Amino acid sequence: MDPTDEQRPILASQVLERVGRDPARCYQCGKCTAGCPMSAEMPIKVGQIMRLVQLDRRERIFRDSSIWLCLTCETCSARCPMDCEPATVLDALREMVVQRDPALLPVRIRAMHQAFLAQIRKNGRVFEMGLVMGYKVRSGALMDDMTTAPGLYARGKLALTPRKLRGIADVQRIFNACGAQVGSGVADSLRYLGSRR
Amino acid sequence: MNIGYYPGCSVHATAREYEESLKAVASVLDLGLDEIPDWSCCGASSAHATNHLLGVALPARNLALAEAEEMTRVLAPCAACYGRLSNARFELGRDQALAREVGVVLRRPFRNSVQVVNVVEILQELLPRISQRTVRPLAGLKVASYYGCLLVRPSKVTGFDDPEAPTSMEQVVDATGAVSLQWNKRTTCCGAGLSLSRLGSVVRLGHAILNDARASGARAVVVACPMCHSNLDFRQAAINRSRQHGAPGRAGELPILYITQLVGLALGIAPSKLGLQRHFVSTRPLLERLLEQQGMEVA
Repeated sequence: MDPTDEQRPILASQVLERVGRDPARCYQCGKCTAGCPMSAEMPIKVGQIMRLVQLDRRERIFRDSSIWLCLTCETCSARCPMDCEPATVLDALREMVVQRDPALLPVRIRAMHQAFLAQIRKNGRVFEMGLVMGYKVRSGALMDDMTTAPGLYARGKLALTPRKLRGIADVQRIFNACGAQVGSGVADSLRYLGSRR
Repeated sequence: MNIGYYPGCSVHATAREYEESLKAVASVLDLGLDEIPDWSCCGASSAHATNHLLGVALPARNLALAEAEEMTRVLAPCAACYGRLSNARFELGRDQALAREVGVVLRRPFRNSVQVVNVVEILQELLPRISQRTVRPLAGLKVASYYGCLLVRPSKVTGFDDPEAPTSMEQVVDATGAVSLQWNKRTTCCGAGLSLSRLGSVVRLGHAILNDARASGARAVVVACPMCHSNLDFRQAAINRSRQHGAPGRAGELPILYITQLVGLALGIAPSKLGLQRHFVSTRPLLERLLEQQGMEVA
């Protein structure tokens, strides 16, 4: 039986409000953790995260890297017998962390998201070379992949200039509108995500 | 037959040969690709992982543009784009409040009427034509079909094939005359977006996938996603060097082909037109064997 609104813990209610999935329905069968390709690397496994949500232990989740290691491969969501969609629940938790304090993200993963979103915001599309450069600057991993660029170029796989959209203003407006829509914190976070450290 | 076309960002750079081979194959199979004018990025993993509304609105913009062009179906060759476009369509269909919110954000009319299809799905539809127009059957080539994540998951979103035991790619492979192998890691994730930020994870996951493919006797792995290709081809040198996982070295090199390249070879399209020279793991030994069997010379 589904929990009533009074029974549902606060964090679970907030997840439900954000993404329309109810973590309170989870009965801890463990299929999500068993199938998760990142379980081996996650300090807190996906099934444990679902339980922590039910127990309102947000600090335990927010101050750990586990939710940021999720690949959104959707194995958990495909197998969940209660249709909780753990991958979608993790999206909601990540959004909450971004809104509260982007400094809580693991540095390299934050750099990747920042660089990726900055590309879309600037060009409307991801210009891969810009993505890699943006990632390096933000993560400090300057020497990563130094030897791979010539190989990409030789294979004709390295575009050297971005193609900008005609409708770039349209895309930028969507970014702003999404920031403004879900609460004042997000606009700042997205601006943060779009700017250099 | 014509279909709407959403190329996605990576086919203009690292996955160039995916689009080259797709267009070459489409032309032989009389499939017209109508590119969505002024399409933008789907937001892939970074949008939905940081802002739910943005993760739906970015793909929805493209579906709205397609709808304005009266497209009923859109082909997204990249599995990640396919996943995000399908997810937007699905979430907008089940959540009225979200649909209203996205409507406000988009500021353009949108009835959510556009279907999203992936490359395997469209090739599966064209199977009779592929069989009919195959001029160089890839007889005896042992192929491991790798679905990865987002072609088949979650099935309520994609509505495509079986999430645990899919068969669509094997059907396409069989139509080329190649031999589909049974193996275990067909739907296990390759590490996707962590390629830059956490290469160790990609090496660990890629290693398990390639090892299983080799153990099954595969001469090539077939993919339908630029990220799967990049992680298994571009990153294969790192995977094969990894001592931690028991390095197979260069002897263990396994060519990674886009499914459109495999079909293109069977249709008699020149390897260079399919971009087979653009891979990091050389496809030349494979092509030489293949063409030798067919009594032809490598182009």
